[in-house]
Order: sequence, then structure tokens, then C-alpha cells
Amino acid sequence: MKTIRIGAGLGFYGDSWRPVRASIERGGVQYIASDHLSELTLAILQKDRQRDRPGNPPSGYARDAVPMLAELWPIAAKHGVKFVLNAGGLNPEGARLAIARTFRDKGWKAKIATVTGDSVLERIDELRAAGEALAHMDTGTGIAGVRERLLFASAYLGAQPIAEALARGADIVLTGRVADAALTLGPLAHEFGWRWDDWDRIAAGLTLGHLLECSGQGSGGNFGSAHEWALVPDYAHLGYPIAEVQADGRAVFTKPPGTGGRVSFDTVRQQLLYEVHNPHAYYSPDVVLDMGTLEFEDEGDDRVRISGASGAPRPKTLKIVAGYQDGWMGSGIMGFAWPEAYAKCEKAAEVLRTLVEENKRERGWAVEEINAEYIGYNSLLGANADPTYRDQLNECFLRMTIRTKDKKVADAFGRLFPWLGLSGPPYVGSMKGVQPAKELLGIWPTLVTRELIESKVEISMEEIK
Amino acid sequence: MKTPLWKIAHARSGDKADRADIGLFAFDAPTYAVLKREVTRERLAAHFAGFNAGPVELWPLDNLLALKIVLNGALQGGAARSLRMDNLGKNVAAQLLRMEIDAPPDLPRLRAR
Repeated sequence: MKTIRIGAGLGFYGDSWRPVRASIERGGVQYIASDHLSELTLAILQKDRQRDRPGNPPSGYARDAVPMLAELWPIAAKHGVKFVLNAGGLNPEGARLAIARTFRDKGWKAKIATVTGDSVLERIDELRAAGEALAHMDTGTGIAGVRERLLFASAYLGAQPIAEALARGADIVLTGRVADAALTLGPLAHEFGWRWDDWDRIAAGLTLGHLLECSGQGSGGNFGSAHEWALVPDYAHLGYPIAEVQADGRAVFTKPPGTGGRVSFDTVRQQLLYEVHNPHAYYSPDVVLDMGTLEFEDEGDDRVRISGASGAPRPKTLKIVAGYQDGWMGSGIMGFAWPEAYAKCEKAAEVLRTLVEENKRERGWAVEEINAEYIGYNSLLGANADPTYRDQLNECFLRMTIRTKDKKVADAFGRLFPWLGLSGPPYVGSMKGVQPAKELLGIWPTLVTRELIESKVEISMEEIK
Repeated sequence: MKTPLWKIAHARSGDKADRADIGLFAFDAPTYAVLKREVTRERLAAHFAGFNAGPVELWPLDNLLALKIVLNGALQGGAARSLRMDNLGKNVAAQLLRMEIDAPPDLPRLRAR
């Protein structure tokens, strides 16, 4: 019986590809599905693109794809492993050029397919003219208020163009924004010839893609728990997960032999519900998945059987996520040691609030929000921090932030901090210089009629010989 | 008996725009029945008061021994415009594990300790 094994590649831009080697060499995979794009990554890529200079190769893609393939392709080619990756970001053609250049330099052969048509920043007015409101999905607000501040806008494409690229013989499929799970669903639909209206099988493929898309988080990494996390073996060599899939969509979720991490009912179900809203209607471009019918059987030895996915017909719309300029953050951090570490942080915060108020009055600083967080006490747990030992902390760091529309004010806020080293409370540490203003981005999720996007999707192929 | 959730369950959280979402998982079926009864939308809204500005949504999943919890409006508009240290809401699950509920003392995890 035919089974297809797909291994997780990266889980975000900047993730490590070191564990992928074990999946290729010992995991028996035929595909690596590599997810380089979080919801925010396109904002980073857009900033890269704004810095492009004429004459240099254009950026706007996840650059880590180039060294990743440079290291992994020789072993992948030896084992007959194909790559599906969304590292194209805002510029899949640019990513292809960079990868092709590397392959030519090394004398390697490969057929690289590029999927484009997801980026719609240049089409916003055209889409609105065609009757698309592009209103905010959650608030219903119209897009006009942020239109001039948009930095990127990309639609989430589905798995069909990926499957088609593979059918045309691609060894590497390079996309921009696609549903993360489509990186896995595409190869499965291609290999098994699944019909795109065979909703339960498409839903099974989507489930496995969702479990693979966060690399180590599917195999025991970031296992949210008290004490149990310490029982996950060998974090240093944590293996990325692998889905071993049958034609009917049933699968075993596992990881390469001899690696760290853990695949169990506990670790797999944590990843299943990760970043899911309504679990009975998990929307994707290809199917709407109901997670309520899934069945898991933990076989032990890092093997979990998964079956029972049920799918409803795909939506008539695709999701677009756009990002827009939304002001600036000014910030600063300073640490204080015992005695009264927390009290000294509070005093410094009080002084800084006073200075901000004076600057508002005297220099017209426009500050919308000011926050203090106490690192070592409540910066991660907020109001759910336990105050029992607050006043006995060995050390505590104050982190203060402001929100402003004015970059100059955000920069000036950071410059208020160093002075406190000589003129504030005692036993200061870690004055690491002035924090520069950070640009803030608002996220604009919206829906668009899928035909308007899919009619522009193109697959191009380059064969490197 | 009052029990913090960390003694009987595990949890992971993530972000989508302004939404923080949490999966809360019982280690065993008896504990799941208790979670389903005790971890209500009202209790969650109170536990995250001052942190979450929007409505709380809650789905029980019997097949996963899990509750799916969504806080609509917990991330200051989204990770890229949040001023918080934990802009991605990765620690919202840890916040939840500090919540205390009424639990019978004979739950498997409580007996094992």
C-alpha cells in the first residue's frame, strides 16, 4: 500500500533547518513542507523591499531558504526528497532567482516551480472597484481609513497550485502566501490524486499540514505545562514531526528515529488546537475542517494514529491579511538589584511618567498610551502574576513603553532612560544604550471573492540543468 | 477543594490578529468532565478581566479531552502593534493555568501527587 511521508521544514522565518537533515536521512520522507511566513513576516519582508537599491537583486522573500537549500539539497536529491516552501514571501520570483543562482554555482540540477498571484497590494483599488468591500473581518470597519497606510496585502492561496506544480514535475515548489497547511495538502492531493471535492480527505490532509506547520511545536517543543515540559527528552536534538499518510487520509504522526522531542497524544493535540478559532469550522482555502470528529490513538514510541477528519465544502472567499502603518513605540529597559528592586523600578516608572507629562505640556508630545512592565515579576503574566515575593526579588527590570504617532517622540522617550543611571534610585544594571523607535503595524484581515484572486494565479517553471 | 489548573491540565496559546486563543487539555477523562463543568465563559472573563477587552468564546472537544478558548480582544489590536513584552500572547496559557477551580481530590493527577 502506498504511503507518503512528509516532514516539517521550518516553522517560521529564522527557524533552524538542522533538524530537517534527520527527517531526510533517517525519516524516509518524500517531501519537506517548510513554512517561513507567520502572520507578521510579510511586514519584515516589506521593510527589506523598501531598502532595495537599483541594480541589486530584489528582496522581499525569506532569505533563509537559500542557505537552507544550499545545505540540504545535496542530501535531499540523493534521497529523492522534494521541497514545498512559502519562502517566496512578497517576491517568489526573487527567491527563485537567488536559489537558481546558488544551484548553478554548485552545478546542481532541479526543476523549480514558482506560484504567484497572492500579493494584492497593487490590486486593492481594482478589487474595490469590482465590488469587494475589503472590510475588516472582525470589526466590519471599511478599509478606506487605512488604505493609504497599507504596507502589504496578500491573499492566502490553497493547495491546488502546489499540486499542479508537482504534477508538472517540480522538485521544488516556491510560493508566496499560501495557507500554511497547503504546503502539506498540496503534495498529498497530488500523490494520491484526491479529488478537490472529496472533502473528508482534503480535510485529513489539511489536519496533517496544520500539525506540521510549526516544526518542533508538533513534536514536543513548547509543550505548555507545569513539570511535564521537563520530561520531553533531548531538546538539543529535537526531531521535527513527520506525517506518514495513506491514500484514504489516515496517518501516523511521528518523528525521525534517534531524535529528541516527543510525539504523543498530549503533544499532538496541543498543536492541533494551536491558533485555531472555532474548532468545528477551521477555515482554509480548500476545505472547512471539523476537528470534533478526529480520532487519535497513541501507539507509544512517538507514534500517534490520526483518522476521522471531516470536511465541509471550501468557502467562496479567500482570506487576505494586510498590514498598515499604525504609529510608533518608544521604549526603554533598566534593571535594579536588591534591596527593594521592585520598589526602585516603580520609582523610576513614576519619574518617567512625570517627565512624559511635562513633555506633553511643554513640548506638545502626543502620547496615546504609556505602560510599565516589571521584568522578573509580571512582564509575561500581567495581572495573573503572583505578588507573594514581589518585594523580595533579587533583581527586577523596568520596561516602559509609549504609543505615539510621532517617531521623534518615540525616539526621545528612549533617551530619557540613561540619565536615571546617575540621578535615579541606586544599584542600576544593564543600561544597554537607548532603544530606537519601533514602527507599529496594524493587521487588516479581510475576505475577497476567490475567483478574483485565483484567476491571476500563475505557475512558472525553471529547469536548472 | 480549590485546585489550580496547572496541577490537572496542560495548555498552549497563540495569536491571530487581536485574538488570543488557548487550548486547555485534561490529562484524563475524569478531569475533562470537571474542566467542562468548572471552566466557564464567566469564570474565564473574570480571570482575564483587565487583559481581554472582547467576548470570550469556548468550545468543549470530547474527542480531545480539551477546551478551546478564544479571547477576542486580548492583544492590544495584534502582535505588531502591541506594546507588551508578550506581544504574541504565548504566555496567556500560563496565565490560564494559574486559574483555580473546584475539583474533587480524587482526580488521578491529584492522587498521584
